[in-house]
Amino acid sequence: MQSRPTLSQGGGGYPPKVPGWDMTALANSSPASRTGVWVAMAAITMTFVAITSAMVVRQGASLDWRHFTLPWVMYVDTLVLLLSSCTLQVARKRVALYARGVQAGRSIPALWLWLTLALGFLFVAGQYVAWLQLKAQGWYLATNPSSSFFYLLTALHALHVLGGLAGLTLVIWRFSRRVPTLRLSTLTTVSYYWHFVDVLWIYLLLLLWARI
Amino acid sequence: MHDMSAPVVHHHAPPTGFIRKYVFSLDHKVIGEQYYALALVAVYIGLVLSWIMRIHLAWPGFAIPGVQYLSKTGAPGGVLTPEYYLQLMTMHGTVMVFFVLTTAPFAGFGNYFLPIQVGAEDMPFPHLNMMSFWVTCVAFLVALSAFFVPQGPPLSGWTAYAPLSALGQIAGPGQGTGQVLWAVSIAIFCVGQLLGSLNFISTTLDMRCKGMSLMRMPLTVWAWFITSCIGLTAFAVLMPACILLIMDHVAGTSFFVPSGLVVNDQLQTHSGGSTLLWQHLFWFFGHPEVYIAIVPAVGVVSHVLVTNLRRPLLSARVLVYSMVAIAFLSYMVYGHHMFVSGMNPFSSIAFSFPTLVITIPATIIVLIWIGSLYGSRLRINTASLFALGFISMFVSGGISGFFLAQPSLDVMLHATYFVVGHFHLVMAVAALFGIFAGTYFWFSKVTGRMMNETLGKIHFWITFVGAYCIFMPFHYLGMAGNVRRYQAFVDDFMGPLMPVHKFITIAALITGAAQIVFLYNLIHSRFWGKLASQNPWEGTSLEWSIPSPPPFDNFGGKIPVVYHDPYQYGVDADGKDYVMQDSPEQVVSARDEK
Repeated sequence: MQSRPTLSQGGGGYPPKVPGWDMTALANSSPASRTGVWVAMAAITMTFVAITSAMVVRQGASLDWRHFTLPWVMYVDTLVLLLSSCTLQVARKRVALYARGVQAGRSIPALWLWLTLALGFLFVAGQYVAWLQLKAQGWYLATNPSSSFFYLLTALHALHVLGGLAGLTLVIWRFSRRVPTLRLSTLTTVSYYWHFVDVLWIYLLLLLWARI
Repeated sequence: MHDMSAPVVHHHAPPTGFIRKYVFSLDHKVIGEQYYALALVAVYIGLVLSWIMRIHLAWPGFAIPGVQYLSKTGAPGGVLTPEYYLQLMTMHGTVMVFFVLTTAPFAGFGNYFLPIQVGAEDMPFPHLNMMSFWVTCVAFLVALSAFFVPQGPPLSGWTAYAPLSALGQIAGPGQGTGQVLWAVSIAIFCVGQLLGSLNFISTTLDMRCKGMSLMRMPLTVWAWFITSCIGLTAFAVLMPACILLIMDHVAGTSFFVPSGLVVNDQLQTHSGGSTLLWQHLFWFFGHPEVYIAIVPAVGVVSHVLVTNLRRPLLSARVLVYSMVAIAFLSYMVYGHHMFVSGMNPFSSIAFSFPTLVITIPATIIVLIWIGSLYGSRLRINTASLFALGFISMFVSGGISGFFLAQPSLDVMLHATYFVVGHFHLVMAVAALFGIFAGTYFWFSKVTGRMMNETLGKIHFWITFVGAYCIFMPFHYLGMAGNVRRYQAFVDDFMGPLMPVHKFITIAALITGAAQIVFLYNLIHSRFWGKLASQNPWEGTSLEWSIPSPPPFDNFGGKIPVVYHDPYQYGVDADGKDYVMQDSPEQVVSARDEK
């Protein structure tokens, strides 16, 4: 008899216990969504690589580059985003336990998902605060090429975070329905994307810290 | 042998309602047709623009009837101003490269046939697929809207070189709002193409039916897959480049404009930017883009040729490897557009070498075709004629590339008509022939009716002869020093070339008229063409195993199982000389991919 694939292999590991909901059924899980999210991550990476190379060239093209100190809220934001990745991982485990019937009640898994969402919004709010702080110091979009790239990179990243938040909202909505319609592939895909956005932020922070 | 287990099958009910069926459709076939229709509209707009340009070039003072309604200031009384010629030239290039050559062979045919040819019911992300078309449509409308803003479209060419493209209104008519609209349009277009590439890659990797190993995929699928991989990385670079350009226009930044520029006696306030940066960003996209335009056509031509040869190619596997090699090398050659840009001359060597190397896989592909044709009895129909025409155009255009690949020669030939002849033959006309081959070949599958063969052959011969009459003299003009992107040739050394220009213009008008024959054939056959059988060309790939037109879920709920590669021709099978991919019949053949 063919053994049921484990959670990490895209399967449920155990027969589902929540009536009417089999998040791992073959008809619902899709290897294509995993390919899709990797493809999307590749494209987004290329975009940021292009801007990075533009920044390096622009910095070397002229002597008008002025450095400034990154707003302190950026470091707080980093912790917020890292924390959200942790809460998302906990949420994934909790959802899986609930799906298997090991954990009764949806409130704990839902709480961890909502916490992740809240931390994500907090991150975006923190970015806005960072821009306000920079504005208060007189650094606007066109003040200097350094500030131009700062705003461009952080805004583009924030836009992708908003996309991730839309995905998380979808996950929460599907999970919270009377009979959940959340698929494992959706949760996995959104999680991969969210962690990617996190790693991307670490890269951007290092880049901006080193060159801005 | 690599067996794919059956992919996830999303059984969904057929769409109902006009909007869901024909407008916001989730069906990859409808989306493919929508892309093709968009490309059809775009190609005729691009064609008309080229007619206006050619008439102006041959007869500079001639009042072209109707153009004054396009722009009162740009063409008063129908006579183009020099700036308006450049503006039309910019839009001709933009519309043709982006909305015809990237759209029709890749998004048009690919969306329709890729899922069918791999045995899938649809793409894995139908909503993203629908979005990709409508995003592309919005991009097209934004591009066209540039014609209707007060100063008209931009005049910096489809390549939009800085600083001309980044300075704003002061640089010339259309360089303000027109250029911003152009950049916005292209940025939106990039998003559409990225969404499309995502679907193509996921479909190819994850949605193949049982038995459809990678090497059993038709060459068209390989071509679309490779193109989408190239597109993913290329468009992801163009989009931020366009964002930076928009910021230079509206946000007061200076990414691409250096300091000290004096334009129209006014010292510009920009400083610190790098004009070369735009070229690097643009051509990093721009060169893979030309392979995005040609690789799908290579796949289509291979597919059409094999079906009409009635025997396998010399080596489909090597052809696949060659396409992969071209894709890989395409990122290393982009600097050959920049030999005279002022970049370090040693970089020219670094770019020239892979440019010459990339001709090797391209030549291998052509030799595989020619070698397969040798000694064969090719079935002659319009599709196979256009496939042969593609080979001719690709070789003719490719040969002139050898000269341009060498910096020492490119110094003389850059920005002359030699370059214009080269890329029109090797990319524009060749890809167009690929589109035509695919159209005549697959029309019966899409509509259930055959296109008229007589009209098709008239279309082919006029287009084939006409394209050579137009673009071959361009090489002579270039070597004689005829500069490109000039609206008139008043220098004394170009005066004697005017009769050549007149000849080219007349050829262009006649060749353009032949495209009306194609349009008539397309529309007439759609409604009144001869009814087609399910497999009129006796093809082996999966699209020929389903009815014409296909049902909404492609295979009527029964996903096929594949037993052979799509090249089982020239075999003895039950009175037929071919075996369908999904036929369990085992016949003796020279080779059968696992």
